[in-house]
Amino acid sequence: MIEVRHLRKNFGAQSVLDDVNFRIENGESVIIIGRSGGGKSVLLKHLIGLLQPDAGEVLVNRQNIVPMNERQLLQVRRMFGMVFQGAALFDSMTVAENVAFGLRRHEHLTEAEITKRVGEALELVDLPGTEKKKPAELSGGMRKRVGLARAIVYHPEIVLYDEPTTGLDPIASDSIDRLIMRTHSHFKVTTVVVTHDMRTARRVGQRVMLLHEKKIYASGEPEAFFASQDPVVRQFIDGVADP
Amino acid sequence: MNWIAKTWIAEWLAGLGRVAMLAKDALSSLFTFKVTWRDLLYQIYFIGVKSQAVVLITGGFTGMVLGAQTYYQFHKIKMDTATLAVVGVSMCDELGPVLTALMVAGRVGAAIAAELGTMRVTEQIDALRTLATHPVDYLVVPRLGAAHIALPLLTMESITLGIGASYLIGVYLLGIDPAYSWYNMLKYAHPIDVWIGLTKAFVYGGIIALIGCYKGLTCGLGAEGVGRATTEAVVYSSITILITNFFLTLVMGKIAALLL
Repeated sequence: MIEVRHLRKNFGAQSVLDDVNFRIENGESVIIIGRSGGGKSVLLKHLIGLLQPDAGEVLVNRQNIVPMNERQLLQVRRMFGMVFQGAALFDSMTVAENVAFGLRRHEHLTEAEITKRVGEALELVDLPGTEKKKPAELSGGMRKRVGLARAIVYHPEIVLYDEPTTGLDPIASDSIDRLIMRTHSHFKVTTVVVTHDMRTARRVGQRVMLLHEKKIYASGEPEAFFASQDPVVRQFIDGVADP
Repeated sequence: MNWIAKTWIAEWLAGLGRVAMLAKDALSSLFTFKVTWRDLLYQIYFIGVKSQAVVLITGGFTGMVLGAQTYYQFHKIKMDTATLAVVGVSMCDELGPVLTALMVAGRVGAAIAAELGTMRVTEQIDALRTLATHPVDYLVVPRLGAAHIALPLLTMESITLGIGASYLIGVYLLGIDPAYSWYNMLKYAHPIDVWIGLTKAFVYGGIIALIGCYKGLTCGLGAEGVGRATTEAVVYSSITILITNFFLTLVMGKIAALLL
């Protein structure tokens, strides 16, 4: 369970988040949408302790992670997997080394077991046989799938996705959406996706939240959310620019 | 003007404090974290083995130039055979460690800052943290350990080659008597001079790795940020080496005087 209470974040004089509140239950799949530069990724990074808020609380399994130092946060982060917007693969390593990174660091497995787990994870993201490739040899979509394999290989409880379909063609986006859904149902993980892709928001989430003007402006199940007649929600869904 | 000076001093002190905190983190990590030997060995290879060419060329030519210059001056007062003694002491105490450190700062300090800076701007450092890995454990400790090990070894090579090259130039080109040259060098250059050089090299290794890592981990966004971090890593580590060298020379000179 993740709960955010009265979260505030400023970068210098610029306020990015102001009194953000929400709660995500175990096993739930939640989509956070909002305009580019609206603070979605900043909010996501607060959930895993990559950023420290100026005020407020972030509770992970009822434990407030805000006062924790970096070493304490490392323990909490073992519950998480995160897929970055640009995949953030370690470019000095092969695909297999990237995926095996978490396993090698934190689990006492034999080389054969690691190879098997890496193979399974790559199979799940439809990239079998790419173990020896370097990230530079992969397309954008493939890199994101390797990033997903790296995030799920050690079976985390919560997976965070930062703009998983940004910069991909519609077919690659569709494949990533399906992978997110497959991962959610296969591992029963809590899923949080930050996106401004309406198709992803419609298909992947059990609940959609709109971050607008530094706050969670609206929240609801996809059917109800996309049927909303609220002008702000409508404007975002229909993609209409301000006059 | 006064305000600018105060801001600059405040920023400089804050930066110094942050480097000290990084050193403290790395030190505590060294005692609590199981070092990945593979990473440490790779960094020793990168910092030590790959820097050999530049260090050997620097050491060799510095020894030859120093030998020739010293000979030209000493020859006027018929002290030719003291040339190698001057070269020996100079190479061991000062030129060997300082020039090696400056060359390694240019090659390795820049590479560390650029690598870590690129990792930062491409979110690879954040990815490390999400994989429950402390960047200091994984990135700083192996580089710091490797620099501490590699710099004294490189300095030893540089000193040896510098003295050797100077001997060859002096004996075979300038016609200095080899036996007396060697005798005088052993008379005036003591083992403590070698230890002074190696201790300095150990300290400079830490300076290069720490400043390189600090600049990389805190670099600004984009290509400009990485470029600036790389330049600053080289400039700051070179200046720090030269300033530290002055104080180390004073302190170690006193210690050597007490021991001899």
